Amino acid sequence: MTRALAWAAFLLGALYFVLPLVGMAEFSLSMRREGYSLDAYASVLAEAEFQRTFAFSVAMALVTIATGVLVVVPTAFWVRLRMPELRPVIEFVTLLPLVIPAIVIVFGYIRLYNTGSWLPLTGTAAGTNLLLAMGYTVLALPYMYRAVDTGLRTIDVATLTEAAQSLGAGWGTILGRVILPNVLGAVLSGAFLTFAIVIGEFTMAALLDRPAFGPFMQRLGQDRAYEPSALAVIAFAITWGCMGLIALVTRTQRHLRTGAR
Amino acid sequence: MSYLDLRDLEKAFGANRVVKDFALAVERGEFVSLLGPSGCGKTTVLRMVAGFETPTAGTIRIDGQDVTGLPPNRRAVGMVFQAYALFPNLTVAGNVGFGLRIAGTPRAAIEARVTEMLALIGLPDLGGRYPFQLSGGQQQRVALARALAPKPRVLLLDEPLSALDAKIRVSLRTEIRAIQRTLGITTIFVTHDQEEALSMSDRVVVMNGGRAEQADTPFEVYNRPATRFVAGFVGTLNLFEARGSGAGTAMLGEVAVPLPAGAPAGTGPLALALRPEALHLGRAPGRDVVLPARVTEVHFMGSVIRVRAEAAGTVLAMDTFNRPDAPPPAVGDATEVSFAARDLIVLGD
Repeated sequence: MTRALAWAAFLLGALYFVLPLVGMAEFSLSMRREGYSLDAYASVLAEAEFQRTFAFSVAMALVTIATGVLVVVPTAFWVRLRMPELRPVIEFVTLLPLVIPAIVIVFGYIRLYNTGSWLPLTGTAAGTNLLLAMGYTVLALPYMYRAVDTGLRTIDVATLTEAAQSLGAGWGTILGRVILPNVLGAVLSGAFLTFAIVIGEFTMAALLDRPAFGPFMQRLGQDRAYEPSALAVIAFAITWGCMGLIALVTRTQRHLRTGAR
Repeated sequence: MSYLDLRDLEKAFGANRVVKDFALAVERGEFVSLLGPSGCGKTTVLRMVAGFETPTAGTIRIDGQDVTGLPPNRRAVGMVFQAYALFPNLTVAGNVGFGLRIAGTPRAAIEARVTEMLALIGLPDLGGRYPFQLSGGQQQRVALARALAPKPRVLLLDEPLSALDAKIRVSLRTEIRAIQRTLGITTIFVTHDQEEALSMSDRVVVMNGGRAEQADTPFEVYNRPATRFVAGFVGTLNLFEARGSGAGTAMLGEVAVPLPAGAPAGTGPLALALRPEALHLGRAPGRDVVLPARVTEVHFMGSVIRVRAEAAGTVLAMDTFNRPDAPPPAVGDATEVSFAARDLIVLGD
């Protein structure tokens, strides 16, 4: 009886999530009156703006991931190695982007870095792109930090560091050749989450007026009928693709660790 | 000057002084063990030599060079850890060659040295394996090869056998000692296992409360402990609370016992000790002191029989070899215990 109720609750939940997706996918295939087709997808993919905005967002995602890795990995490593008492503080700081809305952050940026400020980043496209990448890095911080910190928890950071030091390694070598390779799975998990966040982000890109994928999706939704659904399915596939890659990498890492007695 | 010279070392963590006035001179090629209970400061001394801890006071010199302020990666000191600390992302060959790659050694020279090291540790065919594919003993051998590959000036071993099972420990300690002798590398070995320290070392430093209580050969440390702590910590000991009676004798209960040369000549309380193997159940030639005793426990352990008997107001433990023609004594038997007065150890503070 309990088992049947559990299955019923699971099915209801699954339907609640799956039915809207099925409806959206079905609608995205219904551009032709005579039957299903991929016309909406072809139309979206043929859009020059789709390609431009998608390429821009991918580039921003890569910059965000690189910045995130460069900031988070050494920070999490140092906190774990030398300042464990600061961990609660760092965790609190990394959680702030979850409680402070993106719109507040971006208005703060505009206020601080406008053309009349001491650092007029919004005065040029490159400067605004840099500002957007920094904003994305902040947005992705909770995910990247947690992923890396979890990865560091699975290895003996202190002893591996000391072993490398006794063999002549400096801090750069230790981070690059010892720590990073051993938390690569965790870093990749954080990177894929960052990628998914950046690809769909709207608020910062729209308010900083950058040609990103999020605002493009919003504009398309205003003007067309079937294409927005097709675009949503594409965005959904990208996100799920990232999740799948996380699962794949995590599984590989788990396999390695199971043997690491 | 000694090859490794530790002078007046001190280390404090806040108000807690974990190493106090520690001095040790180690000759080139010598194998010295730091032996002591948990928290005695032995690992802290080792970590100061490695550079992982900075001494609060004192100096560390290796081959005449003052390394006290040098970071660990510039000391040319190899270290083997209790938890192996092999890099999980590298193969065995990658691990062994790590230090050489850091030093910028040419690839061919690295390959030759890795092959040489793997042969030395008896794992010539395992270069392509990852650490998780090795047993604990194999991992520790690889860790040893990794530490030795860059030809360090000093090898530091931080309880390297503690995580291994008993059988592997015994075989690996013989191997480590053989490799150390082959290479002639100056080695400091930290352990809390007295059997390991006594069986492997040229000298043993017994530590207690951050201080070195005695630094001497295993034979001297075992047979002539300098302090009451060393006597109690190294090996099993029978303690007598005796009273000096002047003229080089002491009273053990009602029996007058001649004291070894150098014993205090006063008439005050005196702590005397005897190793279990110095006691004999019954009378025997050459055992000039005889005490009446009563057997309280008998443990038959195969080739050895450990007997406990009450004598001179204390319970004595003694070991005798099993003899098929002489059954062990029974609990409650009235008997005699004898020993040679020269085997008595007079304990200091």
